[in-house]
Amino acid sequence: MPGQWQPPLPAVNSVRLELRALRKSYGGHPVLGGLSLQISPGECYALLGPNGAGKSTTIRAIQGLTPLDGGEVLLDGRPVDEWPGGGRGFMGIVPQSDNLDPDFTVSENLRVYGRYYGLSSRVVQQRMTELLEFVSLQEAAQRPIQALSGGMKRRLTIARALIHQPRLLLLDEPSTGLDPQARHLIWQRLRDLRRQGVTLLLTTHYLEEAERLADRVGIIDHGRLLAEDSPAALIQTHIPGEVLEVRRQDGMPPDPGGWHQGQVAASERAGDTLLLYGPDLSAVRVHFAGDPDVRLLSRQATLEDVFLRLTGRELREEENP
Amino acid sequence: MTAQARWWPGRGAIALLSRNFLVWRKLLVPSLLGNFGDPLLYLLALGYGLGHFVGKMESLPYMTFIASGITASSIMNTATFEGLYSAYTRMSIQQTYAAILATPLEIADILGGELLWCAVKGLISAMAIIVVASGFGAISWRWLFLALPVIFLAGLSFAAIALCFTAIARSYDFFMYYFTLGVTPMFLFCGVFYPIHTLPLPVREIALVLPLTHAVLLLRPLLTGRLPPDAGIHLLVLGGFAFAGYILALRLFRRRLLV
Ligand SMILES: Nc1ncnc2c1ncn2[C@@H]1O[C@H](COP(=O)(O)OP(=O)(O)OP(=O)(O)O)[C@@H](O)[C@H]1O
Ligand SMILES: [Mg+2]
Repeated sequence: MPGQWQPPLPAVNSVRLELRALRKSYGGHPVLGGLSLQISPGECYALLGPNGAGKSTTIRAIQGLTPLDGGEVLLDGRPVDEWPGGGRGFMGIVPQSDNLDPDFTVSENLRVYGRYYGLSSRVVQQRMTELLEFVSLQEAAQRPIQALSGGMKRRLTIARALIHQPRLLLLDEPSTGLDPQARHLIWQRLRDLRRQGVTLLLTTHYLEEAERLADRVGIIDHGRLLAEDSPAALIQTHIPGEVLEVRRQDGMPPDPGGWHQGQVAASERAGDTLLLYGPDLSAVRVHFAGDPDVRLLSRQATLEDVFLRLTGRELREEENP
Repeated sequence: MTAQARWWPGRGAIALLSRNFLVWRKLLVPSLLGNFGDPLLYLLALGYGLGHFVGKMESLPYMTFIASGITASSIMNTATFEGLYSAYTRMSIQQTYAAILATPLEIADILGGELLWCAVKGLISAMAIIVVASGFGAISWRWLFLALPVIFLAGLSFAAIALCFTAIARSYDFFMYYFTLGVTPMFLFCGVFYPIHTLPLPVREIALVLPLTHAVLLLRPLLTGRLPPDAGIHLLVLGGFAFAGYILALRLFRRRLLV
């Protein structure tokens, strides 16, 4: 069970990751436009961005699997290509789509993967037991991969990424497609790892995930950093105060006359919704409450508000060439 | 600018080799059944059936003649199939290479491991035929210890060629080109069923640049108790295909996998 578990991995020697002006384009279409980031040892950093923003490309670049047009990746101040094995010997990778070996069972997957790191079978055997417990898969050890649910596969992929006790863990959308139970277990585990000193870089579309896990959040679009700070500071900087969502039951745009403009710090129209931001919106609430056709939703500002304000509200898939 | 700079496989190749071996061990029985069953059928059908009318070929009983030929063509088939279909499945369908590239292994290690594995499988299939054909008295074991490394080398060269096609394939269908234009012509024209000197000159000259011809010219004598003439040239051709195929496949795999 999550709470009772004791960390099996020894405290690790944390690593500092630095990306310097990464540039990359596919067929003339720029994907990374000079991206620079610095992640401190033991920090948990979440990279956010719309579809196609360049998150996965960044993760691949860190592993040296993408020829860059420019820029450098440094680990502890030294370029990755100067590290033996590109530094991958102390990176753990959870890729966006699972690539577990379907020819093997759960435990064989870990055993075979350990060999790629040159680990002895004795060491792998011992860590395997601990790691299966870490991701609550003890019972599934002998199952073939095909018999695992999506959440179990994801947990096994995380266990696999830890078999060599990495100092830097790169997770590309670790919890996409998982149910809340599985997601909470993964979050718990990532916090455990962070406490042991593992440096974490994760990408996600769940802004709540970033808000809960990350020390710092970077929002990127078109391979460029738009904003970077702690989740709380980002919200404070970009969203003045609380949020009021105003909608009309008949679907018509609320407050067509623009009465609200003098009353709030900022406002935004998104489809049938009027979003109002401000330190104190009680007067506005009272004003709209008088109209029986209007529905109000009062809530705290979230990272999602910041994200949408910075990256816009248009869909992204279509714009790719 | 990437860290994937090594040209030669390191110890990581052994890790991939042992991965493939573990998978093979799981399907040991059906796999070996194919290795032993197919040559048995060939030897019975062609050795007895056709042999009855042919009698001797190049002063060897036809069964003996064809046993060594089928050994050579079986190395080609096995190493080629493994290098095309199985390697493509691992690369593309199963994303095994993508998973491996997240570890310190490089593309040179993956390619080296696959080549070794294809050659091992070629060796297994050749050994199966040698065992079966020995039951018919169609193999001499005198130079077998020399035949084994030749079989391994032949496996490496067929695998290296196959892996070049795998590196550029977009689907399994693509492999039909290589089968129709490469593997089948070699099977029919490279001396497996009859000596190549019976072919008209231009065809014979084409046959002489194909790797299977040289595998047959080495293995037929070695498996019938003689030492092959011009062994150096044949070894050079097989080694050349293995080397050039490796270098080309490495470049093609880099282009494919590092994007
Ligand atoms: N191999 C490739 N060839 C051509 N274009 C590519 C290739 N890989 C990625 N791209 C393009 O690069 C852009 C960034 O892709 P990337 O996968 O890094 O985005 P992402 O931020 O991870 O998106 P998502 O949230 O959808 O996973 C996209 O427009 C994608 O189409
Ligand atoms: Mg992605």
